Amino acid sequence: MRLDAMMFTRRDALTGILLACALRPAAATPAMMEAAIADFTKNRPVTEGRVKLDLPPLVENGNAVPLTVSVDSPMTAQDFISRIALFNEKNPQPNIALFYLTPHAGRAQVSTRIRLGDSQFITAIAETNTGALFSAKAELIVTLPACAEN
Amino acid sequence: MAAALINVQKTVRKGEIIEIKTLMAHPMETGFRTGLGGQLIPRDIIHRFVCTFEGVEIFAADLFPAISANPFIAFTFMPQQSGTLTFRWFDDKGGAQVETARIEMV
Repeated sequence: MRLDAMMFTRRDALTGILLACALRPAAATPAMMEAAIADFTKNRPVTEGRVKLDLPPLVENGNAVPLTVSVDSPMTAQDFISRIALFNEKNPQPNIALFYLTPHAGRAQVSTRIRLGDSQFITAIAETNTGALFSAKAELIVTLPACAEN
Repeated sequence: MAAALINVQKTVRKGEIIEIKTLMAHPMETGFRTGLGGQLIPRDIIHRFVCTFEGVEIFAADLFPAISANPFIAFTFMPQQSGTLTFRWFDDKGGAQVETARIEMV
């Protein structure tokens, strides 16, 4: 009897969450991420490597996931990383952030905290001053997504 | 926007790369959440952050709703001289906040 009552409340809660999610715009799809990436790369070739994307493989709270992206670059006036873009697959929007770097940085490294609505792949793409593109990908699992908080 | 936390070491040696950490108090409302009446809460995020050193831009960022509330941004800088760092945050409501920090070359 007690178990039944508990199951019912749980189902109620689930229905509530589903309703809440239905009211929201649909989550971004990997196709939307592809489009956002194409918008950034302008269809130039992207080489995998040189970029290091540091994320915890498993996070409890999707509201604040620490992220560090670093790129192997001398960061001199002749050869430096000018932009780093971050993309996600399953948040309502595929963009996370776009960082503009200069040779004054000394090292191509940026840290921030991001929100994630689901377990997914994160992609980082770095652009050098000459327009060459490098990327890295990282998968992580989120046990409590940012979307479930409200 | 009200409280900003900036962590920069006060003195640097020539050729040293320092990390600048910034944290700005802001709800970063995504525009995807619904309020009590079921209506969408309008988006209000910090969409741009700029850091200049003696008037020269050294770092900037375009932010999207996927950035956590109270956005934390850390980046590196290799100063060539003593000077003042200026940090600027811009949000969707037209609000802007400016903070400064001084670096001395020793």
